[in-house]
Parts: sequence; C-alpha cells; structure tokens
Amino acid sequence: MSDTLFRQEAAEALQRKGAEHQPRRASAESGTGGDTNVGGIERLISVASGSALLLYGLSRRSAGGLALASVGGGLLLRGATGHCQLYSKLKISTSDASSKETRGIHVEKSITIGKSPEEVYQFWRNLSNLPRFMEHIKTVDVISATTSHWVAKAPAGREVAWDAEIIVDEPNERISWRSLPDSDIENAGTVRFLKAPGDRGCEVHVTLQYYPPAGVLGATIAKLFGEEPSIQITDDLRRLKRLLETGEIPTTEGQPHG
Amino acid sequence: MKALCWHGRNDVRIDNVPDPTILNPRDAIIKVTATAICGSDLHLYNAFIPTLMEGDILGHEFMGEVVELGSEVKNLQKGDRVVVPFTIACGQCFFCKKTMWSLCDNSNPNAGMAEKMYGFTPSGLFGYSHLLGGYAGGQAEYVRVPFADVGPYKVPEGLRDDQVLFLTDIFPTGYQAAENCDIQPGDTVAVWGCGPVGLFTIASAYMLGAERVIAIDRFPERLQMAQKFGAEVIDYEQVDVGSTLKEMTGGRGPDSCIDAVGMEAHGMTLDNLYDKGMQMARIGTDRPHVLRQAIMSCRKGGTVSLPGVYGGLLNMLPIGAAHAKSLTFKMGQTHVHRYLPKLMESIEKGKIDPSAIITHRVPLTEAPEAYAMFKNKTDGCVKVVMTP
Repeated sequence: MSDTLFRQEAAEALQRKGAEHQPRRASAESGTGGDTNVGGIERLISVASGSALLLYGLSRRSAGGLALASVGGGLLLRGATGHCQLYSKLKISTSDASSKETRGIHVEKSITIGKSPEEVYQFWRNLSNLPRFMEHIKTVDVISATTSHWVAKAPAGREVAWDAEIIVDEPNERISWRSLPDSDIENAGTVRFLKAPGDRGCEVHVTLQYYPPAGVLGATIAKLFGEEPSIQITDDLRRLKRLLETGEIPTTEGQPHG
Repeated sequence: MKALCWHGRNDVRIDNVPDPTILNPRDAIIKVTATAICGSDLHLYNAFIPTLMEGDILGHEFMGEVVELGSEVKNLQKGDRVVVPFTIACGQCFFCKKTMWSLCDNSNPNAGMAEKMYGFTPSGLFGYSHLLGGYAGGQAEYVRVPFADVGPYKVPEGLRDDQVLFLTDIFPTGYQAAENCDIQPGDTVAVWGCGPVGLFTIASAYMLGAERVIAIDRFPERLQMAQKFGAEVIDYEQVDVGSTLKEMTGGRGPDSCIDAVGMEAHGMTLDNLYDKGMQMARIGTDRPHVLRQAIMSCRKGGTVSLPGVYGGLLNMLPIGAAHAKSLTFKMGQTHVHRYLPKLMESIEKGKIDPSAIITHRVPLTEAPEAYAMFKNKTDGCVKVVMTP
C-alpha cells in the first residue's frame, strides 16, 4: 500500500516541475491488470496446444483427463486473451506491446542495516557520501541546503550530470528529491529510514523513478542503468550496509590468480 | 609465490602467481606454514561446485604467521601464529552477533550471485568458488585474510601446527555436527562417512556424552580409524545399513543420524545409480544416497544432521518418512569462530590429538599428486597436510 503511495509521490514530484517539462509517464505499469503480456506466436501456440489438451482430456473421461482438460482450458484462455496470470504474478511479459511503451524506470528496494535510523539518515543526508556506495555516481556536490549537483559515470568514459533538489527532509525518517529542469536524466526518489523490529537496526526503503530522454543520450543512459536497474540499486544498498556495518566494502579485486 | 590453482576437472597445478597484498583496512597477510586438502575440496576438483574459474587458488584449511596488517587490525601483531577459520565473518552483522558466523551478511563480495541461487547469501569462504566469495585460498605460500580482526585465532605456545591446523574447519565441523544432535545420555549416534569430518564427528559425539557411536564406511583403513576413535563400525558393502542399524539398536534406530558424506555419496543401491546418472547428465546436482538412508534409519523424533556439503538440488528425497517420524534437520557451514576457543582448549589439555588422522605429509609442490591420491583413496589416504 505504502509503496504505491510513494510511487505516486515520485511521479507527482516530477509533474510539479511545470508544463514545459512534461515527464513521459510510463504508459504501462507493467505486469498489472488484464493487459496483454503474451506475445503473438506464443499466443498461437497456447491456443493450439490448449485446444488439443482440452479435447484429449475431455475424451479420457477420468480424473486425470479432467485435470488435463483444465490445463488445456487455461492455455486456450491465455492464448485467446493474451494475458497470462502466471506471467502477471511473476511480472514477466513476452509481448512487445507493453515493453515498447514503458519508458520510465521505476525501482523499489529495501535493505536492513544494523545501525539506528538516525545514523543511517545522517550518513545519507550528507550527500557527498553517496558516491562511496553508489557505484555509478561519480560525485555529488552540495550546492545549498536543498540543492546538489550530480555527476554519473556513463559507458565509454562519458558522464551525465544533473541538478537535484531535496523536496522533503524529515530528519531520521525520510528524504525525497527530484531533478531540476534541463537535467540529462529526469528522476525523483524517496528514501525512508524505519526502525527495524527488535535489535535489527534500520530498514532503508528506496523508491526511484527515472525518465531517460530519447535519442543517443537516452540509449547511453539506459545502458548506464543496465538491463535491470533494480539489481544495481540492490547492489548499491548492499554496499551501503557493508560500509556502515563493517567500515569497508569486501572485495577480491587485486588478489592473486593463476 | 607458489599456489595451487584449479584448471578444470581433475586438473590442479602449482602456478607462480603474484603475492597477495592488503586490499582493505581490516585485511592481514598470512605466511602459510601448514595447509590441508579438505574432502570438500574434492567437490571442486570434481567440478561439482559451479562458478569456479580457471586459475582460482584453492584451499580453506590453513594456518601460519602474520606478516602484514591492515590499518584497522589492532588485535594482531606481525609474527603472531594463527589458525584461520575457513568461513569469513565480519563480526558486526546480525548473524555474526548471534554467533552464526558462517551466515555473515557482509563477507561475500558476490552476494548477488548467491542470492540468485539460494535466495540469500551465506558468508564468503576461502578458495571455494565465486558463488561463495571468490576469495583466493590458502594452499599457497601467502594468503590475504579479510576481517582479520575477527577470524584468526592465536595458537598457544607449545602446540605444533599439525595439532591445531584442523581447527580451521574439520574439527569444528565435526563438533557442530554432533552438537546439532542435542545428544542426551544413553543416545546412539550413527555417522555416515569415516573421512576426516566423520572421524571428528565421532570424537565430538563422545565428548558431548553419546553412549554409542556407529560409523559407516567401506574403506578398511577408515573403519579402523573410526574404531580407534571408539566407534562401532558398519561396512556398507558387506551388509544392509538400515536393517543393521535397527538390529544394533534393539529395533529403535539411532537417536541421531549424521551425514558426513554430502553431495557425492557412493553406494551399492539402485537409487545411487539413478543419482549418478542425473548428476552426470547435470540434471540433478547432488547425490543424496546417504541422506535418504539417514532419514529412513533415524528413530522417530530423532535428528538428522548434515555436516556434509550439498550444493544444489535433490531428487527423490523421502520427505514423507521425515515428516511421519517428526525428524529434526540441522545443517549448514560451520560457525568455526564459535567453537575455536573451546576446541583449542581441549587440544591444549590433551583431551584429543587431531594429528592422529594425518596419513600423508607432503610439500605444497606435490599438491596435484596429493589431490589425485586423496580423491582415489589410494595408499590408505585419509588426510593430507602440506607445507609450502
């Protein structure tokens, strides 16, 4: 429930930036509702094999036959409607239609760190700390109490940069930010710091929304955030946890090898 | 330096590689004075553990002298003689604080890979595949030890390397396997596998108060060694293990069953041939013949403890029998740090001499031959200790 709330907040934060800077909303919130998520050929196969199974199953006149028939019926339905419940649950789509329209990148990730919410908030609020655990961020320069300049590493030695402002700052609880107009990457996000149960420390919940622009730069930025941006955010949060809990980030880079 | 590197199935070589250096503030460099080949190294040698790469330095049982320290290691000094737990632990995460050291959240640099396979990552290990950290191992002249302020344990004066070397893995592993059985007075414990871990499991079961220990293997020299540790023995090539255990325990079955064999069990039965076929076809990854037998043999309400390593997926596990008999399962890598002080003391007091299991001592340069000998169990090989 709360995740949806923060997703809306992130989108609204971008919309507030004014008409000349309309964010390109992701048209398909992928994997939800009754959308088409099964591709053309797969739908044909589903219809064909589903019909065959249904007929064969019914002709068996037994409990096993009935089970087969119901599987067949399910496949037939899936092929006919182009919607697969399992794919939907797994957030998979083999249909071109939805993936082409999805331009925004939305990520929600969390991690538990064995430090108090106060300690984790303090570390994060000092934005110049962020490049220590965000692998693709080169520098974050603090410009004022609420604004900062971000430089990210891009493939082939390129860089992308943007200015950001903090729009919500609730000490020890929550920070929200968004990029300022004319950014290479429009983005907005929220990080919440919740007390974890017992002596488990702090739950860090991050919600991020990116809208890479079209064209060459957009392609570069898409690469920058990889095939699966959620994995990069997971890795960044893991580095944050390790840095705060152990004072270092474990590595094997530079060790001997035969 | 010289190091034992993996080059493929049944192919390990001594290579010349660069010396390790301090990479993080809590690192130390150890000059290795003794290192051993572990039974679980054979899973790597046989290429049954995924994500090993050509050139990886193997070895997770090693000890030596501290020669270099990172800026944050305050509890060690150059020249200290230490044994190093094979599980790498940060000492500060939720799991380390609860002494579940082998579940450390922070020591596996490739945690993402392990999460894909296991849901969550266990701790990093020395020389045991990239899935479990990709750390260079200790079958080498020098080794880098991360979180050196937590792992390495100083060896008291007067103890030889070969007496304390096995505190790095197999002695604590056997001890944890027995401790996991919550042994009560009068208990009979059955142990499958009389390799080094099995032998230390037998010794530990008695240390923890077992009435009887019954050990199962097929190699005469291993069965003899098990007898020396006080166990009654069963040769599984001569008799049916399940019915023999039942008869030996007055029809009750052993109170606890310990699988000190793991994923590459050998056996004489149909299910074992099936597993072997599946494993060779890379359809199933593990051959759980021993585990099946342990589940079937265990008395109702008993414990099945698994110090033996499993890596992937099992076929045909009799989960119905386990459920019907209300069995308890205990497993996992060893929380070495938890047991080190207690077991070091038992050696110091002369209660046990771990060096009794050593059958071969060779220089590190002969490691490739030693691996082949240990794998094929030729020349009565039970445990090989190497010196760089």
